[in-house]
Order: sequence, then C-alpha cells, then structure tokens
Amino acid sequence: MGHLRVSGLGKAYKQYPNRWSRLFEWLIPFSRPRHQLHWVLQGVDFEIQPGEAVGIVGVNGAGKSTLLKMITGTTQPTCGHIQLRGRVAALLELGMGFHPDFTGRQNAFMAGQLLGMQVEEIEALMPQIEGFAEIGAAIDQPVRTYSSGMQMRLAFSVATARRPDILIVDEALSVGDAYFQHKSFERIRSFRKAGTTLLIVSHDRSAIQSICDTAILLEHGRMAMRGKPEEVMDYYNAMLAQREGQIVRQEMLANGQVRTISGTGEAGIVDVQLLNSQGQPVEVAEIGQPMVLQVRVEIRQDIERLVLGFLIKDRLGQPMYGINTHRQDKAVTDLKAGELITFRFSFDMRLGKGNYSVALSLSRLDSHLDRNFEWRDYGLVFHVINNRQEDFVGCSWLQARTSIQRAALPTAEALTQKELP
Amino acid sequence: MLLTLHRALWSYRGFVLGSVKREFQARYRNSLFGALWTVLNPLSMILVYTVIFSHIMRARLPGVDDGMAYSVYLCAGLLTWGLFAEITTRSQGMFLENANLLKKISFPRICLPVIVLFNAGINFAIILGLFLGFLLITGRWPGMTLLALVPLLALQVMFAAGLGMLLGILNVFFRDVGQLFGICLQFWFWLTPIVYPMTILPPSIQQLLALNPMTALMQSYQNLFLYNQWPVWSSLTPLLVIGLLMCVTGLRMFRRRGGEMVDEL
Repeated sequence: MGHLRVSGLGKAYKQYPNRWSRLFEWLIPFSRPRHQLHWVLQGVDFEIQPGEAVGIVGVNGAGKSTLLKMITGTTQPTCGHIQLRGRVAALLELGMGFHPDFTGRQNAFMAGQLLGMQVEEIEALMPQIEGFAEIGAAIDQPVRTYSSGMQMRLAFSVATARRPDILIVDEALSVGDAYFQHKSFERIRSFRKAGTTLLIVSHDRSAIQSICDTAILLEHGRMAMRGKPEEVMDYYNAMLAQREGQIVRQEMLANGQVRTISGTGEAGIVDVQLLNSQGQPVEVAEIGQPMVLQVRVEIRQDIERLVLGFLIKDRLGQPMYGINTHRQDKAVTDLKAGELITFRFSFDMRLGKGNYSVALSLSRLDSHLDRNFEWRDYGLVFHVINNRQEDFVGCSWLQARTSIQRAALPTAEALTQKELP
Repeated sequence: MLLTLHRALWSYRGFVLGSVKREFQARYRNSLFGALWTVLNPLSMILVYTVIFSHIMRARLPGVDDGMAYSVYLCAGLLTWGLFAEITTRSQGMFLENANLLKKISFPRICLPVIVLFNAGINFAIILGLFLGFLLITGRWPGMTLLALVPLLALQVMFAAGLGMLLGILNVFFRDVGQLFGICLQFWFWLTPIVYPMTILPPSIQQLLALNPMTALMQSYQNLFLYNQWPVWSSLTPLLVIGLLMCVTGLRMFRRRGGEMVDEL
C-alpha cells in the first residue's frame, strides 16, 4: 500500500486561436485539429516506494500543482500513466466546499462525504476530529462566524481524520497559528512513521530537508533533478540565482557530498579556511574556542560593490548561523580586476558537537538574487567536538551558569507569625 | 461504462444524499416560511394564469364547463413543465457552478447530475402531493389512471436528464449555450399547449405544434387529470426515441469530454 508510480506523464492544455475554432473542430467531421497544445508538464517519470517521503520543488509555473492535481485525480493527464495503490488524501485546498450557513459539525460531515466517507464512519471519527481541531463549542456555530484559522483547523482535522496510504501536502499548509502548525506537522510526521507515503510541495528548505528522503526538482514542466533533499535544494537555490551567463556546476566531494557552485564569475572564492587562535587551519574545532573563518576572494573584473556572506549549516542542512558584510555595514566598493581580498570573521565556537558545512555567497547587495558573482555550497566542512565543556545536548552552547539555593520550607508556624501585626 | 458510473455513485452515496439534504435545507435556511415557498411559487403562477386566461380572456375548455376545470388543466401542464424546466436549467449550470469543487477535489463527476435530479424530484413531489390533495378534496380524483403518471414522469425525467447533461457539458465549452437555452425555453413553453388548449389554434398551427415532442406528453398529463383518460402510448414514441438518444449522446459526451471539461473551468 502507498505505492506510486508515474510514467511518461505529460499535460497539455488546448489553445484555440479564437472562440469559433473549437466549434468548427467539433462540428466539421474529419477536420484538421484547430488547436495548439500548450505543454505544462512533459515526460515525468518517478516511483515512490511505500513509506517514502518525497519533496517537490520548483519555481512558480514549473508544473508542481499540475503534477499534484493529476496524482489526486482532478485533472486528466494528456499522456502517460499514474499507478497508485492505497487511499490518497490531499491537503491541497483546505476548507473547499464549506458552506457558510451550516455549522462546523455539518460541514465536517459534508467534507467527509466529499472524501468518500459514509455518515457512520464520520460519526465514529467526529470526537477525534473535534478533539484535534480544538475549536470548542464553536463546532455547533455556523462556519461564517469562524475565523479563517478556525476553518483551517477544522478542515485539516477532517482531511486527516483517517490515516491515508498516500498523503499529498501543498505548501499552502500554513494552517492557523504557530501552535496548530506545529500540531499539524506533528500529525503528518506520525503518519509518516506509521507508513504513509508523503508527497510534499514546498519552498521551505527546512521543511523539505527535515521530513523528506528525496526531492524532485521540476523546471519548465520537466524533471530537472531527483536526489537527496540537500543536493536538490542547493541546486534549486543556485538555479534561483541563475542569470544570463551564469554557470551552475556540481562537484562530488571526497566524502560523497555534492558541492554546488554557481555564479557569473566576476569575483570568485580562492580558498576558505577555519583558523584556530594560533592562526593554523583546522578541521576540528573545540567548543568554546575562539575561531577565525578566513575567506580569500579574487576579483576578475571591475565591480562596484562586493558583499560576502556565509552560512553555517548542520548535517541536515538546517541553518545555524549566517551573516553577510552588507548587514555588518562592511561592503567593499570600487574593486578592480586583479585584487585579492581577504575576509576574516572571528567568533567563539558556540555550536554543539557534530558536522557542519559552510556555504558562501559573493553578491552585490544583501541577497544573491540581484547579482550573484558566486554561490558555493560546502565551501568548507568542519567538525565540532566537546572535550572541555560539560556534555550538553543540542546545537548551541548557551553556556548556562548555574546557581542553586537550598533552604528549609517555611513551617506553618512561621507563616502565621508573619501574618501577625 | 454504466457499471463503473454506478459503482462510483454507490461509493459516494453519502455525498449525494448529504448534498441533496443540504441543498434543500440551504434553500430555506434563514427564511421564516421554509418549504412553504416551494408551494407558493407555482401557486402564484397558477393564480395569475387562471385569472388572466380563464376569466379575462374567457378561454373555455371544450366539453367541460366549470370554473375549476381550467385550473386543473393548467396545473397538469404547468407543474410537470416546472419539473422539466428545473432539471434542464439546473443541469445546464451544474458543472460551471461547481467549478471550484471539480478543479480542486477528486470525486466522481456523475454525482452532480444525480444530485440535480434528486433535488428537482423532491420539489416536484411536494407540489404533486398538494395537487393530488386538491384533486381529492374537489372530487376530481383520477383513480386508476393515475398509474399512468409513473411511466409518463419516467419518460419526462429521462428526456430532461439527457438534455440537461448535454447542455451542462456544452455550457462549459460554449457559455452561449446557457443564455441561448434560457431563451429557447421561453419559446418552447409557449409553443407547447400548457396555458391554452390545442383546440383554440387553427389546424395548420396545430399540425406544427404536434412536431414538438413535449406536446404529446403535456396532452397526456392534461387528459389524465382532466378527463381520466389513459395516454395514447403511441403518441409518446417520438419523445421516447429522442429521450434515449439524448441520454446516450449525453453519457458519451460526458465520458469523452469530462476530463477536458476541468481544463476549461
């Protein structure tokens, strides 16, 4: 159960030159086709094993929604096949078909019926739905009195009342407040643990990386890449920055990780080093030690302004700390070709133990979306070990200082005495 | 194909029944008189027609001469025409009105026409019940001939459903269809002997009206309720043939264009 295979999938919309041509095409027998096909998705092949979690990324218009719509069955593919085993639930349009004049309970029934459930089933699930939505007595009020957050809560609770074999989640899943977002994400996680196959569309790097096993990148209606979420997201980010004349290349590192380098190349990173307090390059850092991140940049063409940014990421690609010289008011201006610039960032190592990588970007302004001279993932990989500090848990060393006071509980006698004038 | 449609409908029976119930409730939600409006609407129409045609225009029905006769004649045609008009006009808009649902949620599309049929059926049942009660009270109960109502209604619903399906699909691709059919329905109503008896027309026009497949059906209803006569079954064959044709083409079109339809919504 929960198996999904997509082969040769494509979707094209018919475009007619004018309103009459469709009529002519229908009415005149054996006439030539009068429409043109506008392909939005072409040649998509992939297979998802039961229990796997796959993220789909791509810019707007890359065909993500079309792909999901075809998998859920609302849109018919123009060519290719979709084979799936198991019950599919889609969190695409929550609250669709809610009728404002009916109560939350009635609407929950209706939404359940729209998912193909019978009244008895919904009745049995209703206490659980109410419990999860946590909207209290409002469940028996008309939905028009609900806030949008409350509607979302109810809709999500109904849609996920039964564990599906395949769950399709759209990025729009920012349901309600932070508390409920957490709760809904937790439910998705628990489904995944119980063996549900997941298909997630998102722009949120951390969401994709923390929950998905693999990611698929769609570009202009085609599958551009499938691989580890980390690699795909790096490639995707580089692609976002892509401008004319930019190159994107990926290199395999010795440890099997893939480094993505992109940019227009007016400036380039020569080397990146992590230096200890004696100024020696190291790969292993001790918690609490003062460190210097040294980046040398060569200028290949005259540029008016240069900003260097770095981002330290953990093993899963979650950002730990990132800053750039623009935000520090230290942008370098009027650079001439042939210059070599050395940047030194010094800080105390306050990260928890583990493996980290450093991504670097050379740009003109705060964001690399404007001009991207070079973007480099895995510019440097280092380890943090803990030999000197107490053994703590987590990714940041907050260096808690502890003080403890001990005293006897005040006796009842002492309390009454205090109250006396 | 019919089997898969049937299976899809059965697994979504909860949705179909629920929608029928909700649509009925929704119509009367926040209204004080509720279902009374279902009755008041045709009643007011009958009143207007009775007053204008029976008394002012002095239209008389041949053979029967009492004040109630024209009202019964009118009801027989008007109420059943109402069922026909409701099914066709509602079907013609069913895919467009549910565009959001069709685009966003995956469910068997065949549920929509079935919901339309059920809803129209419920409304008609209420009115028919009242009409039969009226006949009983005024001593005009048709007796056994009332059984003929079952095949007559079945025939009419089949014709209306087939036509409605065609209109509903065409309306998605060519929005003119909805506008055009609204106008056509007006002409169709007046070109069918519902308000007036066929006999007041000159013979040449009578021949022309006989080509209208609804004429025979309406006359069957009128004869049934007014004169307790069994329908002349042979006169209904054209309607049966056209109705079957409509249903077959409607379903074929539904299967061929159903997927493409979602792209156009």
